[in-house]
Amino acid sequence: MDSTTHAPAPPARSLPVDADKQRSLVAALRTLLPDDAVLFREEETRPYECDGLTLFRQLPMVVALPETEDQVRRILQLCHEHQVPVIPRGAGTGLSGSALPHPAGLLLSLAKLNRILSIDPRARTAMVQPGVRNLAISEAAARHRLYYAPDPSSQIACTIGGNVAENSGGVHCLKYGLTIHNVLRVRGLTIEGEVVEFGGLAPDAPGLDLLALVIGSEGMLAVVTEVTVRLVPVAQTARCIMASFADIGEAGDAVAALIANGIIPAGLEMLDQAASRLVEPFANAGYDLDAAAVLLCESDGTPEEVAEEIERMSAVLVAARATRIQVSNSEAERLRFWAGRKNAFPAAGRASPAYYCMDGTIPRRRLGEVLKAIQALEPKYGLRCPNVFHAGDGNLHPLILFDDADPESVARAEAFGAEILELCVQMGGTVTGEHGVGVEKLDQMCSQFDRPTLDAFLGVKSAFDPAGLLNPGKVVPTLHRCAEYGRMRVHGGNVRFPELPRF
Amino acid sequence: MDQALSQLCETVRAAAEARTPLLIRAGGTKDFYGNESSDAVLDPRSVTGIVDYEPTELVITARAGTPLAELEQLLAKNGQLLAFEPPHFGANATIGGCIAAGLAGPRRVSFGPTYGGVRDFVLGAKLVDGRGQLLSFGGTVMKNVAGYDVSRLLAGSMGILGVIAEVSIKVLPRPMSHHTLCFEMTETAAIYKLNEWAGRPLPLSASMWHDGALYLRLAGASAAVRAARHHLGGEEIDNYQADAFWTSIREQTHPFFGDDAPLWRVSVPTTAPSLSMVEPQLIEWNGALRWMRTHRSAEEVRECAEQAGGHATLFRNGDRSAGAFTPLTAPLAAIHRRLKSQFDPAHIFNRGRLYPDL
Repeated sequence: MDSTTHAPAPPARSLPVDADKQRSLVAALRTLLPDDAVLFREEETRPYECDGLTLFRQLPMVVALPETEDQVRRILQLCHEHQVPVIPRGAGTGLSGSALPHPAGLLLSLAKLNRILSIDPRARTAMVQPGVRNLAISEAAARHRLYYAPDPSSQIACTIGGNVAENSGGVHCLKYGLTIHNVLRVRGLTIEGEVVEFGGLAPDAPGLDLLALVIGSEGMLAVVTEVTVRLVPVAQTARCIMASFADIGEAGDAVAALIANGIIPAGLEMLDQAASRLVEPFANAGYDLDAAAVLLCESDGTPEEVAEEIERMSAVLVAARATRIQVSNSEAERLRFWAGRKNAFPAAGRASPAYYCMDGTIPRRRLGEVLKAIQALEPKYGLRCPNVFHAGDGNLHPLILFDDADPESVARAEAFGAEILELCVQMGGTVTGEHGVGVEKLDQMCSQFDRPTLDAFLGVKSAFDPAGLLNPGKVVPTLHRCAEYGRMRVHGGNVRFPELPRF
Repeated sequence: MDQALSQLCETVRAAAEARTPLLIRAGGTKDFYGNESSDAVLDPRSVTGIVDYEPTELVITARAGTPLAELEQLLAKNGQLLAFEPPHFGANATIGGCIAAGLAGPRRVSFGPTYGGVRDFVLGAKLVDGRGQLLSFGGTVMKNVAGYDVSRLLAGSMGILGVIAEVSIKVLPRPMSHHTLCFEMTETAAIYKLNEWAGRPLPLSASMWHDGALYLRLAGASAAVRAARHHLGGEEIDNYQADAFWTSIREQTHPFFGDDAPLWRVSVPTTAPSLSMVEPQLIEWNGALRWMRTHRSAEEVRECAEQAGGHATLFRNGDRSAGAFTPLTAPLAAIHRRLKSQFDPAHIFNRGRLYPDL
């Protein structure tokens, strides 16, 4: 599972909760929900103080645990009436602080809305409540030889509601798409408690494509109460190539060469040498520890199709100067190849007191360049940074290893992370590929977008939530915040990339 | 910002100040689509040309006025294509109009990486909003969750939010092999079969049923297409003929689309049974798209679509006074009005093209 766990007591940024306001909100909520579905004592609300990004913590004023859409509706009406901010939350596995509580707000857990409402094998759809786990959908669909394609590393725990909020990806999205490509319909509630349906089973729902806005909106536009996903047929077989490269730049070029040859692998992942050496002792995946980079390249489909594609892939990789190539000959071997990649985060957790997982995306052709730049930054911050990434999508996950018990180490990790994200923007990429902005990347949003565009985002927000009560303060930085960030960068004397166009 | 673009922003600023309504219209190939407008035309074709195309990145970035044909030719030269197979409806179609109309062709409902409509492939866009500001959404990378996904929202927006100035689109390699099969089949049997096949890992890339015949296009790795051909049977259609056939479906030059009777685009779940209306139909997208020629009232057609779990658009011909598109529920309509006001506070862009009050 993706997580920056093992953090005993990170920096105290938590603001106090107003006891009077808390009392009155609890009393009002208890008229709508059973007593045990309203949490407010510190020991009860503590587990909700952060999501997967543990660097930021805040106790919520109240936590509500509704079980039905009607309860959610009434909670929203109540909060809207009393102008109480509402922070929706699924499993809390998010990595950017999108579900960070608000000190004067209600944390709305959707975890108890966890029923699979229906699976229609003929229509290849599943209708589920937001608290259903990602993997549970595929498990339920398996008897129909169907599955739900997006597979974030946290899929065993993360919920579909959270996936919708973050537009989650996974290792197969180059071929099978992101959440946005696999969700047909979202039913939700506005902050006023009105039911809204976005998208639908019939293609091209009338009007503007609001579903495209809602997916990836980090719980700021509507509260999801039901999701209909598209299911796809399980591939008959899959095989994986593990290729070694002596130079990280050559590995990046090999990725481009595959695409240039008209191949869209089902999965295309890379680990740099530091990452291979980090995971191998735990995963025993058989990675080539002398290689500068290990590339995992998967083909799926019918046996004939896979055989043909593996042959073409191997030829391209050899021509691209792979120093060693191994093709999985059994399902067990294929899973072993993947075990290292999938266990990169837990391995980082065991190798270091804490790690900070970054999430930038860059154009594929700049992979080698960016990786070398990140390596060059390691001595500057005195921290190690192994890299695993979705090479096919150009989505990097540098893992900054640091000591969370040492505030100075925490500060260096944050600064290192910020510099990596600035580098991604400079390379023509983005500060977040799949983990979201949340509270973590608010500052970098100031670098990536100009003010009129950020204001347009605020306009979108207010079109859905005029009162600004749904998950306020996330995703879009205020004018003031960007001004502060700009000043800090200048006064700190370490302005990175002053030549960057600001649009 | 170059001169054509700053000129465009200036024109919009002036129009907003004077509150002069504008109809954004390039080649005019899709005038028939959506509600009518008689406002002064703003032709954005001075903003034109391919900005960036790196085949190994699977992304093309083009200015809105770039002819769709030119863009597709460039992709073809590099063995790639627009996976949503957009209709042109005329030689003057531009990429900006293609995105604004949001219409996809036969490949829309296929399996695997080629699945999707126009919005599924939009990665980024530059938009001149109603204040004459150039906004820049999304980017040129496959995965990007920084900010709301406004660039995808522009697909099918009918120009009501602003002038699309530039778009970045994900492109895909042309399939290694393709093949078309034909089956004699009733409508009910075709809908059943299409859903059954779509649930299997078959390389389906298009389907069309009309008048007792089902056509199926397979596309993908040679081995997969070969295996599917043997598995499915049916009559094999020569590839040259088949290409012309699918173009006639995409461009609506097939005889079904021939006369002046109103053409309805009825969108339903793929498994919806035959519609209750008996008028001639042509079915695409594994059953999800049902074209219908009928003189019946908008009310009747929409009622029929709703019963089937979908909605109906008056696509061509006929009386558009009842609105080309299915009306929205009240909460959605309110969000639409507020979005419109945010992007276009003076309400100058494409008034009424999508809905009368937008």
